[in-house]
Amino acid sequence: MKPYIAILSSRFRTLLQYRAAAIAGVGTQLFFGLVRMMIFDAFYRSTTADQPLSHSETVTYIWLGQAFILLTLFGVDTDVALMIRNGNVAYEMTRPVDLYKMWFARALSGRAAPMSMRVVPILVVAGIFFGLTPPASFTAAALFHVSIVGGLLLGASMVTILTISMLWTISGEGISRLAPALVFIFSGIAVPLPFFPDWLQPLIAVLPFRGLMDTPFRVYLGHLAGTDALLAIAHQVLWLLALCMSGKWMLSIGIRRLVVQGG
Amino acid sequence: MSQIVVEDVTKIFRVASRQPGLWGSIKGLVRRDWREVRALNKVSFSIGRGELVGYIGPNGAGKSTTVKILSGILVPDAGQVSVLGYVPWKQRIDYVRKIGVVFGQRTQLWWDLPVMESFDLLRDIYAIPQTRYRESRDQLIDLLDLSGLLDITVRQLSLGQRMRCDLAAALLHEPELLFLDEPTIGLDAISKLAVREFIGRLNKERGVTVILTTHDMDDIEALCRRVLVIGDGRILSDGTLAHLRASVTRERWLTVDLMEDAPVTVVSDSAAQLIRQEGRRFCLAFDPLQVSAAELIARVARTYPVHDLFVENPPIEAIIARIYGRERQLKS
Amino acid sequence: MKWDSLRLYWRYVEISFRSQMQYRLSFAFHAFGHFLVTGSEFLGFVAIFQRFGQINGWTLPQMGLFYGIVSIAFAIAEAVPRGFDIFPRLIRSGDFDRVLLRPRSAAFQVLGQEFQLMRVGRFTQGVIVLIWASQRLGIDWTASTVALLLFAIVGGICLFSGLFVLQATMCFWTTESLEIVNCTTYGGVEAAQFPLSIYRPWFRTVFTFIIPLATINYFPAHAILNITDPLGSTRIIQWLSPIGGILFLWASLQFWHFGVKHYTSTGS
Repeated sequence: MKPYIAILSSRFRTLLQYRAAAIAGVGTQLFFGLVRMMIFDAFYRSTTADQPLSHSETVTYIWLGQAFILLTLFGVDTDVALMIRNGNVAYEMTRPVDLYKMWFARALSGRAAPMSMRVVPILVVAGIFFGLTPPASFTAAALFHVSIVGGLLLGASMVTILTISMLWTISGEGISRLAPALVFIFSGIAVPLPFFPDWLQPLIAVLPFRGLMDTPFRVYLGHLAGTDALLAIAHQVLWLLALCMSGKWMLSIGIRRLVVQGG
Repeated sequence: MSQIVVEDVTKIFRVASRQPGLWGSIKGLVRRDWREVRALNKVSFSIGRGELVGYIGPNGAGKSTTVKILSGILVPDAGQVSVLGYVPWKQRIDYVRKIGVVFGQRTQLWWDLPVMESFDLLRDIYAIPQTRYRESRDQLIDLLDLSGLLDITVRQLSLGQRMRCDLAAALLHEPELLFLDEPTIGLDAISKLAVREFIGRLNKERGVTVILTTHDMDDIEALCRRVLVIGDGRILSDGTLAHLRASVTRERWLTVDLMEDAPVTVVSDSAAQLIRQEGRRFCLAFDPLQVSAAELIARVARTYPVHDLFVENPPIEAIIARIYGRERQLKS
Repeated sequence: MKWDSLRLYWRYVEISFRSQMQYRLSFAFHAFGHFLVTGSEFLGFVAIFQRFGQINGWTLPQMGLFYGIVSIAFAIAEAVPRGFDIFPRLIRSGDFDRVLLRPRSAAFQVLGQEFQLMRVGRFTQGVIVLIWASQRLGIDWTASTVALLLFAIVGGICLFSGLFVLQATMCFWTTESLEIVNCTTYGGVEAAQFPLSIYRPWFRTVFTFIIPLATINYFPAHAILNITDPLGSTRIIQWLSPIGGILFLWASLQFWHFGVKHYTSTGS
């Protein structure tokens, strides 16, 4: 475990160096949140019809989205991509570390570290000035924390698969260009998922992407409570396991392929 | 007539200092400490047309700062500079048209393009008329033996090949003045010789003024009649190599190889100081005014089973180190 | 002198083009993925409009007009001055020094660094939305309204380019905090996709007078749709307003010159 913790810690330190980036990141997310909030304010003013989320729930959802936006970060690990492209990945394979765990650790710290610096400031500002409401109940708050961790790990497993797919240059490129689109639509960052048409909801429910954001947020709002909440978290965990196993399997094939080709 | 005049140039940098460790990083989020670094301190010298000058000094001494100021991409905090009649940073676009710069560690060629295309692009950037371009280019291709490299992507070239191409690229527009920053770094022996030979010819036959920054003393000894030594932001020495040596020490070195089958005894002499020993090879430093070379040789040959010996000047690195060490001592 | 700069720029574009088309499949994925992401963004709005019906009196097709103009302008601004967007790379690698050693303006060389073809994804999507909106709204396109549309798009290109130039100029002071300018570029694009009148007064002021997004789609759209502006702009303003974007670019370039001066006095 130690080398992976070391990786996490050193990545954290590197990312902390960029204090200006952290402040800028908070500012950016506050701005985006504000724009989205104003847009939805205008929408809610324009209709009296019932909506899947109440006005204040939507506002909270949006601000949670901005605070936790890095859950949907979907850049391929550029260092690893470079390593693969110029063949240095072969050196990585000679080291006595589990490549999957290492890339997963990188993916995890790549979202957790920058996120940790932004979450609290944004939540505080949004809570004081912009109408972010507290969690629906203590259980909701507790489950929310569990679910966020689930979202973090889930996202990391997805990014790790993206990174692994780079071992197949062409398809890797393809997946890494198309995946962000899927995440964008189906995670709830662009439009809160409850707003999508009813006929789309079953598909949304099955796909893993809602586990990145929508699930934790709905737990927070109390929309998913009791057994529903536990089921949703189980959905996150199941997908997490599935993606981790697929990732490891892909990696072993990819490496064998690389070795055979004389990578 | 001086082509380059540098007078009392001073350059100060502010550098942020960061504390180590995780806690230091968190503190760094809130407060930054700055310290001043005097990269150049009242530096003055002048260089005439057609000279081939070596510019040497330890890392951080101010060499690249000087080159940046002379090439117009850095503005000094004090002092005057005049190159080719221009103040480099004030008339940048007109001025850089007349100079060439080669950085040993960074290429100016386009990484993903074949060499020839980089050349053509430079022709357009420098707006070189077609016929002059073709002449200049073909001559350089010939002199640097580039004909086999022209359609290879720069990314695929070896270091030696890339350096030759970079040299050509810097000279396509026929500049009067050439700055070379570590041109032989990382090159194999053959490439180094080729580069040196080219620079020497360029200077001798075409009268291009060359300023050569390097850590490789062989470059200096092979090419430069004049050497500027910079240390801690100040010019420590300006003159020929011989002058440089003499200004530091009269000392000469006697290297003695003992015979194979003889017992290893330490070679020593009352008038000499042992400075290095490697197996059967001993190196003694002596002052020619205290004991002549001939006398010392005779004494050593009489006392020890000598197989071979030779006398030489201390290598230039030792000279530089001594200059620098002396400067350090004077300061403290 | 001018001709030869144009010719040089054309060479730069050629080189970008060739190197990006070298990997044809990769380019196709890039462009299509970009199309998907931007397209799904609009589909998200469609979904919301289905739930809410309208926003402050504006309908989806009307929003499509605003959206289309901004998308097209932004796509071109992402493609052409892409060199400014990737400028941090140049500073970090130290290669900006080489830019200064060449007898051309620094801005021009940075501009020529890259022409990013894949932005054709957003461009296509913007055109589709614009055409759809125009049909649904039954817009009567005359020579003058088409000219105004083009003027608006050009103003938008200048404005967004100006934002990229500003963002790049910040690199001279720090290569790290550049995310904040995303507020204005990507944030601005998002905000401008909706009619400005839905936002709070202070927001409207900032985005009319400081970063003049309103001038490149909100005001001109009223003239094109031939409706009255709830915020009270006159027809004359609506026809001339895209000049705001052009002025903004000019101002950004002045800041860029200042940035280059700073760079040459503090080194890298």
